[in-house]
Amino acid sequence: MILIAVISLGVIGAIGALLLYAASKKFEVYEDPRIAQVQEALPGANCGGCGYPGCSGFAGACVKADTLDGLLCPVGGAPTMAKVASILGKEAASAEPMVAVVRCNGTCSVRPRNNQYDGSQSCAIASTLYGGETGCSFGCLGYGDCVNVCTFDAIHINIETGLPEVDEEKCTSCGACVKACPKNIIELRKKGPKSRRIYVSCVNKDKGAVARKACTNACIGCGKCEKECPFEAITVTNNLAYIDYTKCRLCRKCVAVCPTGAIHELNFPPRKEAATDTKTGADKPTPAPKTEKTPVTKEVAAPQEKVKEKTN
Amino acid sequence: MLRTFRIGGIHPPENKLSAGKKITTLAAPKQVIIPLGQHIGAPAVAVVKKGDTVKVGTLLAKAGGFVSANIHSSVSGKVNKIDNALDASGYRRPAIYIDVEGDDWEESIDRNETLVKDCKLSSKEIVDKIAAAGVVGLGGATFPTQVKLTPPPGNKAEIVIINAVECEPYLTSDHSLMMEKGEQILVGVTLLMKAVNVSKAIIGIENNKPDAIAHLQKLAANFNGIEIMPLKVQYPQGGEKQLIDAVIRRQVKSGALPISAGAVVQNVGTAYAVYEAVQKNKPLFERVVTVTGKGVANPSNLLVRIGTPIQELINAAGGIPENTGKIIGGGPMMGKALISAEVPVTKGSSGVLIMNKEESVRKPMRDCIRCAKCVSVCPMGLNPTLLMNSTEFTNWELAEKNYITDCIECGSCSYTCPANRPLLDYIRLGKGKVMGIIRARKS
Repeated sequence: MILIAVISLGVIGAIGALLLYAASKKFEVYEDPRIAQVQEALPGANCGGCGYPGCSGFAGACVKADTLDGLLCPVGGAPTMAKVASILGKEAASAEPMVAVVRCNGTCSVRPRNNQYDGSQSCAIASTLYGGETGCSFGCLGYGDCVNVCTFDAIHINIETGLPEVDEEKCTSCGACVKACPKNIIELRKKGPKSRRIYVSCVNKDKGAVARKACTNACIGCGKCEKECPFEAITVTNNLAYIDYTKCRLCRKCVAVCPTGAIHELNFPPRKEAATDTKTGADKPTPAPKTEKTPVTKEVAAPQEKVKEKTN
Repeated sequence: MLRTFRIGGIHPPENKLSAGKKITTLAAPKQVIIPLGQHIGAPAVAVVKKGDTVKVGTLLAKAGGFVSANIHSSVSGKVNKIDNALDASGYRRPAIYIDVEGDDWEESIDRNETLVKDCKLSSKEIVDKIAAAGVVGLGGATFPTQVKLTPPPGNKAEIVIINAVECEPYLTSDHSLMMEKGEQILVGVTLLMKAVNVSKAIIGIENNKPDAIAHLQKLAANFNGIEIMPLKVQYPQGGEKQLIDAVIRRQVKSGALPISAGAVVQNVGTAYAVYEAVQKNKPLFERVVTVTGKGVANPSNLLVRIGTPIQELINAAGGIPENTGKIIGGGPMMGKALISAEVPVTKGSSGVLIMNKEESVRKPMRDCIRCAKCVSVCPMGLNPTLLMNSTEFTNWELAEKNYITDCIECGSCSYTCPANRPLLDYIRLGKGKVMGIIRARKS
């Protein structure tokens, strides 16, 4: 009896194995082995910053593409792309490293609250309900939707200022925070040589007087920077200045003329006394020398300093 | 047995503090701020400029599209400026500022109080007149009335339903209007019936207003085809789809317009505005607003010019009481907290509710206990907790599949939740996202 059972099961098993073997040969799907190799080289964060659904999607796109132009893993950056290029025998596209920039400097002390929000602590929900707790309906709400979506622990709310700060060492410019911000405050900008960059830290499109009343750090659209810029990098539209980072040559002239301090410079060495405009000298102190020692500092180093000295 | 809608619904405390109060006319303020976007649809386009002299009823802005409405001056005086003004939600939107000088009305407006019953105009002429007068739905949704009276091809109206339920707690503006302007409202209803070529109209009134029901029933005897239907008190009976279900027992399919069920629903305030527009040539520039709240010294129903700062209304009702937590524009269920008392009254302002600190504070949110109370009260038959979760986890396909776009934002789910979950806040966010996705897919 036992023998019959063993034999019959064995035969059934053998037939099944043959069928499976035949099927696997007949319906074999060829997958480019390079996709797996490329995926191996990628960070595996599946952040979607490249615009593809996860790392495997991006690997597939890299293998399929004729050139690597326009394909960039923002997390791994140039070294990862070089690795990918060597696997595929293609030329790696050179890409400027980018970083997330929070374009609001309406700290608690300069942007007074005129109402209190007690709803869900989510920027997306608050913005469907109303303009926010301050007179500026464009500025940061401060409930941290950007913090919640960041997979790299690179953005945090500073309790003192109420604004998010980007840790540029950790930021991979995946753009998740840019998408999460309902106010479109966060922008990916060129990291710049030695992390030096200049940007307008405000998105308020109200008229100057209204903006200024709501927040003393707001861009009032006066256009001084636009006139001052020798490279035509600054445009003022809808009462708001914007610096095109592809044209900006980091001369810092706009920073000196900005009457509200809405234009921020980061990680620059201190200016010489002569270079500082005497008119704005009181309002706009020279950045502290600590930026020189540590070229990579946290995003907010400059604004925080300004606030402190203004309130003194 | 009184009728009501058949799915869900709640019955919050009514608190109709200003019921039975006569409508008092509030004098025009020194300056009015008239927003260009007071209705659903495209904002109106200004036709006056700075320095122009305007009279009461002068056209200020023309409809900026098919779904849009004209806007008229509520005062006489000079256009001070056209600039962005703070709206109720704290965003700045274009508005016309007018400095008031005297009270000089356009000559075409018939200011005589006598009732004009006869109307020889054709249905198209009635609709055109309503459009010219800038009449919008005065229940709060502010949908341009002429659009509702022009059914899309292939649809035929069978009945006009007048929404006089006023299901929001506290509000009494429609109630007071029915008591004082009953005949005018009924003429307005006949005009609406004529505009859509139907011979039957039903006015639905919740039976917490027995005086209004009796009053209108007596008057309706002189009008052909108008029936008054008392309804059981149930929130949100004033919702268009809920009212159709309550009154004629028909349900509107998901995503379809009420006209597909053969019904044209108009608010009782709108019926009065239609009467004034057609019979008296008076554009919509004033409305009845309830100012109420437990701490308010003198809760009242005020006839207010559009553009008057809310602060003036509150002053007329006895000022802002101490311990005020929130000032709500509208009723307690669907109204929104105002960012400032300086924002103007618009066509959609049905009430101003002042809540004290204890009432207005949100209770801390706790975990969902799966009691399904929100499911049983949802008047649209949705699953609010599922919709909230799918929004929280950005699962838009799941939200769409579960009809998130059918939500009427009545807030019954948030009201009833024993764990104080902000269901509506999330659903509103998700609804917006899903509607955006659907729009993108269509284009």
